[in-house]
Amino acid sequence: MMQFIHKYGSPRYYYQWSRGWQKWLAIITVALLAIGLYQSFFVAPPDYQQGETVRIMYIHVPAAWMSMFVYMVMAFSGIVALVWRIKVAEIVIGECAVLGASFTAMALITGMLWGKPMWGTYWVWDARLTSELVLLFLYFGVIALHGAFDDPRTGAKAAAILAIVGIINIPIIKYSVEWWNTLHQGPSVTKLDKPSMHISMLIPLLIMAIAFKTFFLSLLFMRSRAELLSREKNASWVKEIVKEMS
Amino acid sequence: MRLFYSILYRDLLLAIRRRRELANPLVFFVIVVSLFPLGVSPDKELLSQMAPGVIWVTALLATLMSMDAMFRSDYDDGSLEQLLLLPGPKVLLIGAKITAHWISIGLPLVILAPIMSLLLYFPTHAIGSLVITLLISTPILSLLGAVGVALTLSLRSGGILSSLLILPFYIPVLIFSTMAINASANQLPVSGYYALLGAFFIISALLIPFAVVAALKVSYN
Repeated sequence: MMQFIHKYGSPRYYYQWSRGWQKWLAIITVALLAIGLYQSFFVAPPDYQQGETVRIMYIHVPAAWMSMFVYMVMAFSGIVALVWRIKVAEIVIGECAVLGASFTAMALITGMLWGKPMWGTYWVWDARLTSELVLLFLYFGVIALHGAFDDPRTGAKAAAILAIVGIINIPIIKYSVEWWNTLHQGPSVTKLDKPSMHISMLIPLLIMAIAFKTFFLSLLFMRSRAELLSREKNASWVKEIVKEMS
Repeated sequence: MRLFYSILYRDLLLAIRRRRELANPLVFFVIVVSLFPLGVSPDKELLSQMAPGVIWVTALLATLMSMDAMFRSDYDDGSLEQLLLLPGPKVLLIGAKITAHWISIGLPLVILAPIMSLLLYFPTHAIGSLVITLLISTPILSLLGAVGVALTLSLRSGGILSSLLILPFYIPVLIFSTMAINASANQLPVSGYYALLGAFFIISALLIPFAVVAALKVSYN
């Protein structure tokens, strides 16, 4: 475990192995998005109640899933950064915060656009909307703290502590808000017995969900590699790479 | 435990010697609560409905304003660094500082809140629940706030940033407390909310001092 983390987390080796991953993930993302978007716009049936507006779900739901997933990735890399002091993990925290906030904002905005025709209002103080909004605030906190320090390594460690405290708090916030007020429909896919969604809608949704995951990973690799280069600009391996390229 | 008591005694003594600084958040609390009738409406019905939320949100803000005092002056004159170098568990030290903060800010708020609730026409039979929720929850506010202050200690403009970090974490406390007060105002059972708040307090008291120690280490780096 230790060896694995140190090997794949060393800046130089990370930069090399992530190059190939980034390329393939980007290709897969484009392919999946093409299939998924085509399916969700032209193949999937309109909803019997909501009509064509249901198609925004294929963006809204994957984005909402990503908002939690990215937070988990961020908190996990926070633990890795604090325990093993891996530089790459420190960079990943900052990049995850920005990407996670974007996904959360995307889920909120698409949700508002979907809510207007369906509920008759852009916003209701419903449990799921509120906890998504709180999640956005938590991301803002991590971003602000991460950027507030002169030394980026200190900022990353502080952000890691905040992310870890947040991961304990998120379930509490979620349940407290849920008991407070609920209007949003229950989860349709993650039910244990049988999803209450027809298979013709489920398949495009799952394709889009995987596409969002690979999209996130390829962006994460791209951003973290760029950040790595700028932080390590005085290291010898970066100079070698620059020399090779010129 | 002697470490705990001596730090607690020191911090409380310091708080008493700086009475004026101590009073500021409390005056802030009184002024902000009395702004609401002026800003919204002096209507009796409306105010008594809003009272739990107004008092709770103002109490949150007053606690946040006072948060900086917990570590700031000790950080500036270097005594916090010396305290952290003491032998013995650092968690106890942090626990003592948080307790002292609660006694000097949280407890006065608990005493002031019932008086202010009368200004908002809050029904007198529910004042008991207001006091109980504040009594259980203000320690949670001090605990969570300590993490924010500890993380931003080495920054020049740490105060506003630490409020940004911590306010989202205050949401469960706010929700459970105001729900309990509203339930009691409507003569509904409230013990469930007290139990939840108590559980939240116990979890925070057990885990948060460790997070504060880690955050202080990052700040001293």
